[in-house]
Amino acid sequence: MSIRYTFGGDEHLFVECSEEMSLEAFFKSLSMAKGVRESGIRGVTEICPANASFQVKFDPDLIHPDDILREVKAIEGAAEKAEPVLKTRIVEIPVFYNDPWTHETLMRFRERHQDPSGTDLDYAARINGYGSVEDFVAAHSGSPWFVSMVGFVAGLPFMYQMVERKRQIQVPKYLRPRTDTPRLTVGHGGCFGCIYSVRGAGGYQMFGITPMPIFDPAQTTSYLRDFMVFFRPGDIVKFKPIDRDAYDQAVEDVDRGRFAPPIREVRFDLRDFQKDIDGTNAKLEGMLHGH
Amino acid sequence: MAIKVLHHGLATTVQDLGRPGYFHLGIPVGGAMDRFAMRAANLLVGNDEGAAGLEAVFIGPKLEFTEDALVAVTGADMPAKVDSVVQPGWTAFKVKAGQTLTFDFLKSGARILIAVSGGIDVPEALGSRSTYPIGALGGYKGRPLAAGDELPVGKASLSSEGRTVPEALRRTPGLPAALRVVPGLYWHRLTEASQENFFADEWKVANEADRMGYRFKGGRKLDFVARDQPFGAGSDPSNIVDSCYPYGSIQVPGGTEPIILHRDAVSGGGYFMVGTVISADMDLIGQLQPHTPTRFVKVTMEEALAARKARQASLAQLREALA
Repeated sequence: MSIRYTFGGDEHLFVECSEEMSLEAFFKSLSMAKGVRESGIRGVTEICPANASFQVKFDPDLIHPDDILREVKAIEGAAEKAEPVLKTRIVEIPVFYNDPWTHETLMRFRERHQDPSGTDLDYAARINGYGSVEDFVAAHSGSPWFVSMVGFVAGLPFMYQMVERKRQIQVPKYLRPRTDTPRLTVGHGGCFGCIYSVRGAGGYQMFGITPMPIFDPAQTTSYLRDFMVFFRPGDIVKFKPIDRDAYDQAVEDVDRGRFAPPIREVRFDLRDFQKDIDGTNAKLEGMLHGH
Repeated sequence: MAIKVLHHGLATTVQDLGRPGYFHLGIPVGGAMDRFAMRAANLLVGNDEGAAGLEAVFIGPKLEFTEDALVAVTGADMPAKVDSVVQPGWTAFKVKAGQTLTFDFLKSGARILIAVSGGIDVPEALGSRSTYPIGALGGYKGRPLAAGDELPVGKASLSSEGRTVPEALRRTPGLPAALRVVPGLYWHRLTEASQENFFADEWKVANEADRMGYRFKGGRKLDFVARDQPFGAGSDPSNIVDSCYPYGSIQVPGGTEPIILHRDAVSGGGYFMVGTVISADMDLIGQLQPHTPTRFVKVTMEEALAARKARQASLAQLREALA
């Protein structure tokens, strides 16, 4: 995996760890981005981790682009020698799959879809080789996901499922983007899952909705009082399918300030994961539920 | 002290110099599209350069003042009027209690910056008063202004009317507009012929041009070097595995219409980028109207840094002129 360095004008250094997506590429870009942050390079104003790349914003009045390039390259070696271990958190996100709100929206924009005859879930299940929507939902919610990037708009997580490549869910984006997507829609495009943090345009296939706000500029949501954005790159997400009653209950709990997403601190070792994917994921889920 | 919004214009927002530091969470820097004009307007009325003012695009708002204030309008050429009396641009003028500030039609440029002595005193959000409408964050209730809004104004420092920004410091895009670009990012994805065409062709600003991004039309379609698309990138040759987008970066979805991301940029996505507009030319983009002929000019990093120094020299002259 050879790293490519390139500049975005005179204020950004763009570091592509890999052209293709993989958990290894994500891990490498995250650990290098962390290394850059910890090295405290003079003139660095912001570090943005992405799926298989990251971006360093710098002030060229304080550091010449050649010098920042040299300093970031020097971190590459150290990052490669570092243990592929991440101290992070796992969070359980309830999802009401096949809910009425995304269903209404996907029907409204049906002519923009590859297969107007069914739903996004029908389509995704079929092209990924699942016999039924139930089997597809079981796969979607059965293995955890890494938040590989936060962005596009405020607080939106891109997620990459923690399974081997042949089990990755892949779907194209809508033929033409929708002008509307319900807030908190759980979507998927390419090999990435996402949760729409705000209502708005979107091109990802829509599978369901979560009752759990993930961006709150007013900071009235109980677990967003410290900061308005819930997700951080490196978070691990496990989806939990819920029904309408549980969804309504969770919405009420959020409104009353008593919704608390299950969160546990975890240590993730990429080597253990590569040796035994399902076993590692089972352990992670066990920690989530207090075992 | 307050300002009553009688009419909002087209899209008028509270802006300052932005909220750096949250792009890694998808929250863009925001702030005035034309920062030099924002700084100038603030200095003219005796504010800190980073005080909050109003940015209006294409059509000015109609504002009633409840107390006397010093006002300056910079950026685009859109004459300001106080109770129908035309006021000079780039110059501090007085508005008395009960008077109304309105604007004539836009003559050139695209965005005016309106500074009021004391600054627009909405609460800060993440360290800035800039409006980020998609996230309902900052500004006046997280949205563009609407008739009936009342904008709080801070305490003014002593300053006098009549001060003006020297003509030589009022920078406007030429015709055709020239935007300097450092090629890079995914530049290598283009064929050599398309690399040449991109800089040789004359483009025009499209109608889809706002604070998030400016779209351009009219140049030849760009062709890609053939490859098997990497896993996770998507099937179109202009797709990449979703990455960060630099401010000023130029993405070309499908190879057809370049889009330059600006202050309210989306922070990342899955389209390749051919390069990035240099920091010295970002202000110019905010003054481009739709249909403006535009050329992209290829520059080296050293040229970009020299241009940045030249802009800083202009800013130093501005500060000196208004000290």
